[in-house]
Amino acid sequence: MKKSLLSLVFSLAAVSASAWAAPATEQFIALPSYRVGSYAAGGTGFYGGIIDYFNLVNLGGGVNGVKISWEECETEYNPSRGVECYERLKTRNGGATLVEPLSTSIAYGVIDRLATDKIPMTMIGYGRSDAANGKVFPYVFPLITSYWNQAAAMIKYLGDKSGGMDKLKGKKIVHLYHDSAFGKEPLPVLEALSKQYSFDLIKIPVTPPGSEQQSQWLQIRQANPDYVILWGWGVMNSVAIKTAQRNGFPREKMLGVWWAGSEEDTVPAGDAAKGYSAMTFNTPGNYPVMDEIRKKLYDTGKGNLADRSRVGSVYHMRGVSAAILWVEAMRAAQDKFGKGKPVTGEQLRWGLEHLNVDDARLKAIGAYGMLPPVKTSCEDHEGSGAVKVQQWDGKKWNAITPNWIIGDKALTRKLLEDSSNAYAAEKKITPSCAK
Amino acid sequence: MFYREAGQFKTSYEADGQIFPIRQDRIALAVLLALALALVPALASPYMLSAILIPFLIFSLAALGLNILTGYAGQLSLGTAAFMAVGAFGAFNFVAHVPGMPILLAFVLGGVSAALVGIAFGLPSLRIRGFYLAASTLATQFFVVWCLTKIPYLTNYSASGVITAQKIVILGYAFDTPERKYLLVLAVVAVMALLAKNLVRSNVGRSWMAVRDMDMAAEVIGIRLMRTKLLAFAVSSFYCGVAGALYAFAYLGTVEPEAYSLDLSFRILFMVIIGGVGSVLGSFLGAFFIVLLPVILNVLAHGLALPTSVASNLELMVFGALIIFFLIAEPHGLARLWQIGKEKLRLWPFPH
Repeated sequence: MKKSLLSLVFSLAAVSASAWAAPATEQFIALPSYRVGSYAAGGTGFYGGIIDYFNLVNLGGGVNGVKISWEECETEYNPSRGVECYERLKTRNGGATLVEPLSTSIAYGVIDRLATDKIPMTMIGYGRSDAANGKVFPYVFPLITSYWNQAAAMIKYLGDKSGGMDKLKGKKIVHLYHDSAFGKEPLPVLEALSKQYSFDLIKIPVTPPGSEQQSQWLQIRQANPDYVILWGWGVMNSVAIKTAQRNGFPREKMLGVWWAGSEEDTVPAGDAAKGYSAMTFNTPGNYPVMDEIRKKLYDTGKGNLADRSRVGSVYHMRGVSAAILWVEAMRAAQDKFGKGKPVTGEQLRWGLEHLNVDDARLKAIGAYGMLPPVKTSCEDHEGSGAVKVQQWDGKKWNAITPNWIIGDKALTRKLLEDSSNAYAAEKKITPSCAK
Repeated sequence: MFYREAGQFKTSYEADGQIFPIRQDRIALAVLLALALALVPALASPYMLSAILIPFLIFSLAALGLNILTGYAGQLSLGTAAFMAVGAFGAFNFVAHVPGMPILLAFVLGGVSAALVGIAFGLPSLRIRGFYLAASTLATQFFVVWCLTKIPYLTNYSASGVITAQKIVILGYAFDTPERKYLLVLAVVAVMALLAKNLVRSNVGRSWMAVRDMDMAAEVIGIRLMRTKLLAFAVSSFYCGVAGALYAFAYLGTVEPEAYSLDLSFRILFMVIIGGVGSVLGSFLGAFFIVLLPVILNVLAHGLALPTSVASNLELMVFGALIIFFLIAEPHGLARLWQIGKEKLRLWPFPH
């Protein structure tokens, strides 16, 4: 047994070594995805969206003729398997040039390895907000918008809803959060804004997974707040919505983080979810690019989602948005380093840092209005910070803010600088822009 | 044929009492260690080292820790991940707050902190047993993770409660490549496994087993229950604490408290159950089974060019089926299977 074990180990080693030798003819992307387990609904939608858009680009001839290739690896949302996947995929097909784990703990597990491996990582809508400072985190891109900007935008929206930011004075806002790094991430922003606009911030943690919230909602009923921010995810969201209904708290006064704003969160809550609103960085609706995906991929049986009706759902659209930004980064990098050939991870990093996806470009892609314009730089790896609010009408999500909302970016910028500089000091990094 | 004891005579008490009484075992182990120390770092790819072998060794150590408590002393625990968290955050804080703290000492101190927490949460074991004790160790799990998210000092005031483990430097030598980290982890695990193997054969180990088999009887023959049980908690938590520190420092690098969730405790418990309750070798076999088998299945499924969604689900199904198969074939775990195989080999070709 010992012998067969060892031979297995070495044959595995040989497999990974032989994969290393292959020359790069395609743009290879590592997708440590999760399609089974508790978070499968999000994983299948998001990675399905990415792969659908990649297939669409490849059908059209690729990026300036360079086909995109990718490989998935099942992480089950488990950090140690995620790291294994990252290590496995990073040397495949001449080396991965981009990675997106869609999991904060996996992202943390690989964050220190990126700079040595020269592979950029995007964290679209999650992860550490201060990674937007490209001087400290050259290989990390929390594209579109981070938790901090989202929290700032939430308060901006609630202010507008109350009739002006000054009207927030004396109001009570409950921050009902998943008691974890994820739930605590927005606290610095919410606390600063609560001081600035003198509203009462009541912080109520929910112990993960949050399948029982009666005591929290009793607390909310006693406090009788003006708004409840629901910073949850997974089963916690539908339970919160249902418990709110049972306690007679109007769902219209609830505002979810974007992880609490997908079909997977509202459908299980049934009627209780009607009128509930949540943040999003995609405007729900239909777009030419989605029609194209339906026509060219799903009509010919090449679509990645098993259930066609999920095309254009919240998670699927997020995946398509991620892929759109990556493909634009590939274009930018090819413009700089030579068209028609795959770029390296380092070059793609440059591309991600010099993204300029404006409305005209989005129109050309067929995704105008689907996501906010994104323009990145070395100081700003986030590129936008704009979000919308969407409301569930019982059947689907509808945007209820016509324009993109941007919160107090000066405040989040300051927090971001402080926090990332503290990180740099702890890790002895000298902040500077990479070439 | 090759596994025969004939001709191996023991002429002294030392020879009779050694850890591996059969010469072939000693040779095999020496060869295995030599391979692991010399050949593997030279041949294995960075992927093998940093994604397969390092976590395998770390989880083996954690499973060994739990096996001491559950397998040898008979105290069921669901708080393994919590003890790992104490070890990791303990080591992190010792390095962060004490200037010039040597990293190995920090690992040991992290392990000692875990041992202290283990003793505190082991106190209920003096009164309650079995599943009730499991429920009370479950409290450790939630309490520790709650503490780590609630007390900012423990995470060095990081806004989101995430810590980044410091670099491993021992006597000016930086353990920064996968090879070096692997060797460090291997050395720590090998030394601690040897200690554990000796410990369970000692007076202490025997009193643990006596308590496990019947604590009333053990008390009657003069074993002090409190000391024995708490010592088991302390040693077990120490092992888990060191494993947790290695998990943070040599493997993940950046950790949030949720990395040490109940889920991890369960995984380690499964390693012990599948590997073999009350066996040092079982801890390693169990870690191999739970950590590496899904990865191997995943690689194989990809090798067959199955669609990813099918591959992911198939992997779970095959993994589940294998667990059931092994538990039916041998409820005492893989270590027992190995032992049976060994017995058969010794008698071969004349079984009776």
